[in-house]
Amino acid sequence: MNIERMTIETAREQVARKQTTATALAESFYKRIEAEDSRIGAYLALSRERAFAKASEIDRLVADGAPLPALAGVPVGIKDVLMTKDIVTTAGSKILKNFKAPYDCTAVARLERAGAVILGKLNCDEFAMGSSNENSGYHPVHNPHDLTRVPGGSSGGSAASVAAGMAVATLGSDTGGSIRQPAAFCGVVGLMPTYGRVSRYGLIAFASSLDHIGPFTHTVKDAAIMLGVIAGRDPLDSTSADVPVPDYVAEVGRPVKGMKIGVPDEYFAEGLDSEVRAAVEKSIDDLRAAGCEIVRITLPSTKYAIPTYYIVATAEASSNLARFDGVRYAYRAEGAATLSEMYRRSRDEGFGAEVKRRILLGTYALSAGYYDAYYLKAQRVRTLLAREFETAFAQVDAILTPTTPTPAFKLGEKTNNPLEMYLNDIFTVTADLVGIPGISVPCGKTRAGLPIGVQLLGKHFDEGTLFRVASAVEHAAS
Amino acid sequence: MKVTENDVTYVADLANLELTDSERQRMAKDLNSILDYIDMLNELDTSNVEPFAEVASKFAGNQSSGSERFAYAMRADKVLPGLPHEAAMQNAPDTDGTYFKVPKVIEK
Repeated sequence: MNIERMTIETAREQVARKQTTATALAESFYKRIEAEDSRIGAYLALSRERAFAKASEIDRLVADGAPLPALAGVPVGIKDVLMTKDIVTTAGSKILKNFKAPYDCTAVARLERAGAVILGKLNCDEFAMGSSNENSGYHPVHNPHDLTRVPGGSSGGSAASVAAGMAVATLGSDTGGSIRQPAAFCGVVGLMPTYGRVSRYGLIAFASSLDHIGPFTHTVKDAAIMLGVIAGRDPLDSTSADVPVPDYVAEVGRPVKGMKIGVPDEYFAEGLDSEVRAAVEKSIDDLRAAGCEIVRITLPSTKYAIPTYYIVATAEASSNLARFDGVRYAYRAEGAATLSEMYRRSRDEGFGAEVKRRILLGTYALSAGYYDAYYLKAQRVRTLLAREFETAFAQVDAILTPTTPTPAFKLGEKTNNPLEMYLNDIFTVTADLVGIPGISVPCGKTRAGLPIGVQLLGKHFDEGTLFRVASAVEHAAS
Repeated sequence: MKVTENDVTYVADLANLELTDSERQRMAKDLNSILDYIDMLNELDTSNVEPFAEVASKFAGNQSSGSERFAYAMRADKVLPGLPHEAAMQNAPDTDGTYFKVPKVIEK
């Protein structure tokens, strides 16, 4: 049984047709994890007991001839910022080293209800803060295509595990590009849905106006299947939108003839790697050949997205991370004489450098005398960015860009310069600020064999169009 | 230099962080380089631009107006089971079985 590039459809079919059992399938994936993951470092914890309990439940359904749910027996992995009941959930941070989640994240619960088998928890940058997975409080993740390179971040483990065949699909989170950038670096499909499309109940919050949960998969169709399962209103998350969930899978493979695809000048400027440019331009040609109309557009404020993001995201993070005080859960420093000393020492010892840097920046931006100059200014610029996309989407059905300016960089290459690391998200971060959906699809490789991703951005709640265009890109690239 | 080490100490204090001397130095350097970059935002005239509110507001009940548009976000005022006490306490660093225990609150 070849599980390396196994899709959701294949996994489910093999279980349904009794070519394998859900239990045997889970065993094969655990064997592969044992063989491969010491080199890659994608998993932080395995949840064998929970996985085999679910697998045998699916196997009983098959034996009884009962109807099988959409993800019956499909082995999946979960980014460690998503809570999994009674399983250690660390958010990649030492401060949550032994934290056992008291309840399930809604997205995780929905996957499991649809029959998915949860293999374990996936490594990530601490509290999802990073672009290379090197900020994990535990160990870095290595890119399966070149072990000396990063898998991207912050959902590095979620991308690398799919790329290395250690899960059929995974969940990650995207606050400034943390799903799409690692998907591009690892050569898999990564989807960030519209803000509000997927409930964040049980997601350990980083920046609440920017956080999204979304899937990593081998194919566009699998991404459509996953979104269909996790999307929709959740009474436990008041920011989840009450917007109907359409049949996303039906959009996959639909003709794209006559669709208008915008290509923004600002995303093809100086600094774009020549091999990335060539691969993305090839995708543009492919879509033109499939009957799309390619429209040159302009998004003039693009360069302001990163500075805007680093004010808004850090301000929200400084507030969200105030809850880690050592009182009710998480790490508590030993031997503090006063409550105040306990707070400080617990946070000092528990948080890593990047998390402290962002808490400080966010606290500074919100502090007396600076609020107008930084936070309010950034929120106004955010409105400008949103307006530019509205103007663009009045002309086009979707926007096509490179996902990242370069292919995966080397481990250690950017760790000494936070700003340089931040600039990696230059093409992904605007969609988070504006709340629109984005997908990264593999569109080729460099001569050295590193994957390249093309990004498609869509209108609010129009993931259907993304799946349609993305499947055309995927079809032409394969 | 926008941010001095004293500023870092002040902000760290607000954020309940202590930081070592070398951390303070490093953070002052990093914050200055990030804030210099962020200064780019001042190139934009935003005097007539409203601050961004919330993405979903555009999609929330378009027919109604004001806070009515977010009526869907409200649940019925009905008591439902919450997290059991035992589950809420299971990760407590220190507890007497009923309450969370902390060091002395009133200093001096």
